[in-house]
Amino acid sequence: MTELLIVSITIFVLAAFLGVEVISKVPPLLHTPLMSGSNAISGITLVGSLIAAGEGHAGLSVILGTIAVVLATINVVGGFLVTDRMLKMFRKERPK
Amino acid sequence: MNALVSLLYLLASVLFVVGLKKLSSPKTARQGNGLAALGMLIAIVVTLTDQKILDFTYIIAGLVLGSGVGVWLALRVQMTAMPQMVGVLNGFGGGASALVAFAEYLRLSGDKDLTVWTGQASIDVLVTIVLSILIGTVTIVGSMIASAKLHGIMRGAPILYAFQKQSNAVMALAVIVLGVFFVLDPSLWYLLIIIAGLAMVLGVTSVIPIGGADMPVVISLMNSYSGLAGAMTGFVLSNDVLVISGTLVGTSGLILTKIMCKAMNRSLANVLFAGVGADYDPTVQATEQRTVIRYTPQDIATILESAQSVIIIPGYGLAVAQAQHVLQELVNVLTQRGMQVRYAIHPVAGRMPGHMNVLLAEANAPYDILLEMDQINDDFQNTDVALVIGANDVVNPAARTKKSSPLYGMPILNVDYARTVIVCKRSLNPGFAGEDNELFYNEKTMMVFGDAKDTVTKLVQQLKA
Repeated sequence: MTELLIVSITIFVLAAFLGVEVISKVPPLLHTPLMSGSNAISGITLVGSLIAAGEGHAGLSVILGTIAVVLATINVVGGFLVTDRMLKMFRKERPK
Repeated sequence: MNALVSLLYLLASVLFVVGLKKLSSPKTARQGNGLAALGMLIAIVVTLTDQKILDFTYIIAGLVLGSGVGVWLALRVQMTAMPQMVGVLNGFGGGASALVAFAEYLRLSGDKDLTVWTGQASIDVLVTIVLSILIGTVTIVGSMIASAKLHGIMRGAPILYAFQKQSNAVMALAVIVLGVFFVLDPSLWYLLIIIAGLAMVLGVTSVIPIGGADMPVVISLMNSYSGLAGAMTGFVLSNDVLVISGTLVGTSGLILTKIMCKAMNRSLANVLFAGVGADYDPTVQATEQRTVIRYTPQDIATILESAQSVIIIPGYGLAVAQAQHVLQELVNVLTQRGMQVRYAIHPVAGRMPGHMNVLLAEANAPYDILLEMDQINDDFQNTDVALVIGANDVVNPAARTKKSSPLYGMPILNVDYARTVIVCKRSLNPGFAGEDNELFYNEKTMMVFGDAKDTVTKLVQQLKA
């Protein structure tokens, strides 16, 4: 067990508590955009995909990395865009 | 250099947290989503400066293709199809995490052809590689099945077979045993393939027994898994921005899962394993001779004309009929006549958390008349008309009184306390839980049969005439 791992576990646990605090305050009104938006954030795995896809030697890991880049990019771009499309529609006043 | 990269990753994480925090109000939510997207952009740009990247060809190809598909999906999806859209996106995120974990294993192996393992990896990296591949694969396959059910490509009803739970348990156990063998001897690369294969089967067999109306739980759970898979990949790569964001999304999905289960008064285990919704046999129900009085849209229009307060209860039937726009038109007509009109939205109405709110927002309903169950449930007794459109189980009084009912204990909207109840429905068939609805036979209930869109359109015509 390395020190690095302990740091990551600490971050993991603290992020979980932070998540509960922040997410619990989101009203049911916005639960669908919350799902699609947080879903886009989970596309952060794109960061790992980029490194795998760019290693330079044409091998299996580059192929897997490239597929991962495609999937994660769809997740990120599609997720943020569709969330924005939804949130744009939430208005308080009655449009005339 | 490295310190700067880490700090910029931290900035990205902070933007994610602030972005999620701004989702606590519809006024700031759009800005919050923008901030989170900015955080993502920063994280991507910083990663592209990584010196491990030697060749940008595949990266650019992947980014262009992924962006194209992402934009295309996001712009053309209908609001009624949002549950399956979110399901598909969840799946892609989980799948990407699993692939990254496998690619990292190949990099660590020290030999790209995998004939000999000359690499070095600590136990925690190996364990999280297994977890990331397992969770990521279950997420992508499970999400695709859930989306296929939601989109009507697959039958929505639960698919049950003998020894379903037992065989799932055996497969899960096999994954654990194989995982332990792999961690003990990481040169056994084929174990990862078998684990991924079993995870695919588990993704299918764990979602097919879950029925259509329980999909909000599945979608929330897959949301959580996709985050967890990302967090595990963060452990594999020792990348804290992945750990933080993955964990945030993991908890978000879990909280939504918990809210959905509570709103149905069922445990997560019951939703996942009980196969609710499978027992319903329409022929049995049809033999029961109970009569209801059928009313026409004209009758209903007369009642609405003399009402002063109306609460509308939308359900999944509204989404199926795509009736949200015409319904909001009805609300506008009624409001112009000086009536107080509001929507009462049950937490599990629709096929994903918040589904009804998005549909009604699309139809230009101002969000201050979209009320949660707890906000409006005490108002039904002072309300002239409760108008139920395409909802069933969430207004079934059996949940309060009938101990033998699968609905018993579920919090429901107190529709039957209103002075008059109008129910628009396609037929008398019971709802998802298979429980006949006493509300339909209540003497103050007026039933109108037919497609929600047709009925509401006729109502609007009557009231405008």
